[in-house]
Amino acid sequence: MSKVPPAAELAKIDHQPPETPWMGTPVEFRPGTWCYSGKPKVVEELGLPNAREWSPADEDWKLPDGWQKIIYEGFKERLGKYRSLKIFMDICVRCGACADKCHFFLGTGDPKNMPVLRAELLRSVYRKDFTTAGKILGGFAGARELTVDVLKEWFYYFYQCTECRRCSVFCPYGIDTAEVTMMARELLHLVGVNINWILEPAANCSRTGNHLGLQPHTFRDCIDSLCEDIEEVTGLHIEVPLNKKGAEVLFLTPSADVFADPGIYTFMGYILLFEHIGLDYTMTTYASEGGNFGLFTNQETMKKLNAKMYAEAKRLGVKWILGGECGHMWRVIHQYMDTMNGPADFLEVPVSPITGTKFENAKSTKMVHITEFTADLIQHNKLKLDPHRNNHRTVTFHDSCNTSRAMGLFEEPRYILKNVVNNFHEMPETTIREQTFCCGSGTGLNTDEYMEMRMRGGFPRANAVKHVHEKHGVDLLSCICAIDRATLSTLMQYWVPMVDAAGVHELVGNALVMEGENERTTDLREEPLADVEGEDDAV
Amino acid sequence: MDLTSLLTQKKAAILDGWFDRIVASYPPDSAKMLKKNDRFSNPLGSTLFREIDRLFDELLTGGVHVDRVTLSLDSLMRIKAVQDFAPSEAIGFVFSLKEAIRSNLTAELQEDGLAKDLVVYESRIDELALISFDVYMKCREAIFQLKTDELKRQTHKLLERANRIGGTAQK
Repeated sequence: MSKVPPAAELAKIDHQPPETPWMGTPVEFRPGTWCYSGKPKVVEELGLPNAREWSPADEDWKLPDGWQKIIYEGFKERLGKYRSLKIFMDICVRCGACADKCHFFLGTGDPKNMPVLRAELLRSVYRKDFTTAGKILGGFAGARELTVDVLKEWFYYFYQCTECRRCSVFCPYGIDTAEVTMMARELLHLVGVNINWILEPAANCSRTGNHLGLQPHTFRDCIDSLCEDIEEVTGLHIEVPLNKKGAEVLFLTPSADVFADPGIYTFMGYILLFEHIGLDYTMTTYASEGGNFGLFTNQETMKKLNAKMYAEAKRLGVKWILGGECGHMWRVIHQYMDTMNGPADFLEVPVSPITGTKFENAKSTKMVHITEFTADLIQHNKLKLDPHRNNHRTVTFHDSCNTSRAMGLFEEPRYILKNVVNNFHEMPETTIREQTFCCGSGTGLNTDEYMEMRMRGGFPRANAVKHVHEKHGVDLLSCICAIDRATLSTLMQYWVPMVDAAGVHELVGNALVMEGENERTTDLREEPLADVEGEDDAV
Repeated sequence: MDLTSLLTQKKAAILDGWFDRIVASYPPDSAKMLKKNDRFSNPLGSTLFREIDRLFDELLTGGVHVDRVTLSLDSLMRIKAVQDFAPSEAIGFVFSLKEAIRSNLTAELQEDGLAKDLVVYESRIDELALISFDVYMKCREAIFQLKTDELKRQTHKLLERANRIGGTAQK
């Protein structure tokens, strides 16, 4: 048995971590702070290299022979291909404007989560391999060799960035850490360092069309089941058209909306809306996923998964595409689709068949965001709405990172909410719109083995929700992203347990007064409505 | 002057000392930034500061009111339970209040014979530590619950359909 130190010595516990320079502090892989590695079968299915059984907690990651050379060549190729990467590697002056802007830094207190330092993990290797000063002066010029420990550090911290781009809002040079992270993840993929939660959905999408790999009949079955739920609440029997050739509009949304709680209630909202206006639309069981986990893998996978949107639009012969509430789906559509898989010349510039509004902003992609579509309907007074039906809820709105910072979609969802909800309160201005805090689980990090880290990353968001919950009694956090709907529910359960998460169109669905419906006594979740008679509007 | 008055008088210095000792458990580069007291741009530091202030006031009122201190400890332990701390480290911050008090009252404790009163305060601090442990465990258990609940929500419709087909569940 080991000797117990004397009491005086035991009392001298130093809580301060050792002061080692950041380059000399290796990563410790504790459970809850990393995601499981890609299953060999999945890695092979996607055509990615070095498929094998391994775990980030292992000492030996079974890297391929000559892995440093593979990364070097991959880095070189990308520096040549993407001018932005070269610029982001060269121009940072370490002003510190980004340092305290990352939700992972704010939630972990780990300095390597300061965006400047996260990028430095890559830059230090870049300097060593690609700059004269780094080659000659080494550590004095902030350069270092790519070792196994450095690679492990890349994996740990580049999967602690959700590519939310909040830091880039504050960077005077506009350095986009999301793109740095994308490149780092691409480099890691070259040597088989990856996570399963991203790759398996990507492989399922590639093979079957959606994240879970639901086959067409199961997809249809889930939708039918939701229509039965709608019938229970409203008394209306509605059918959702699937694979209908010649429909005017193709509607695409994240698959989670058809099977995951609480996205299913948002889906019910869409269906009620389309029925309400008599839209000639169809969904498809083949492009049955709006999300694109290829964005978190590499350019090639993103392009392949995205291509099915236009392919299905062409096959079904629709005029234009309407897209549901999703975050990263819209980043792909808004920023990459047009040049990646466009131009979609076979489609028409979207025109609302109800209001006649031409969506000039979607002239090139031919794809309209559902909040733009619904806001336009409300603006033209085409919807019969009873916001009292949401009086049992006090609502705030979370701007999703991608729709806000990648699209600038701020007003449309708020305009809709103003018309369907009576009790609405904004969170503090430094936590919404372009300064919004991430849910902490984006970029494919929404997996349960990563729970502790997700709760840290989502803490700044939850902290702002807690504020409006205490001040105004907010009990519903609305948003327009499928990952948000799923992960904010969990985040709230931990940090602000009295608050639920919901999509904006769930609230639209509650408020829509449908022709021939029964008197509503519950909302779409089958929870009782507030007493409309005795309710005071102004809260 | 009695110990309670002294502690009240020196509250700001003691709280600063306590706060510094807590943030010293984070890497030095981060510790500096945690000192900014803004609720939204520094949720971690501001929560720490707000809640240790409340806990200190609670100690001064003459006892440990379990419900009230549990609220403050919950805000603190909820953070520590998901960060890189061993359970002992997560709870250890409570004991660092003892050091903060002693280092601010070194002279007074020797001269005025207040050591006896200090024992009473230190026992209250021990009590806080015990409650912290309960709260810490509650937070850890909540994390396990989150995983289960999330998994169910992720496949809500599929499970419902599967059960229905098997005839085992009513809608």
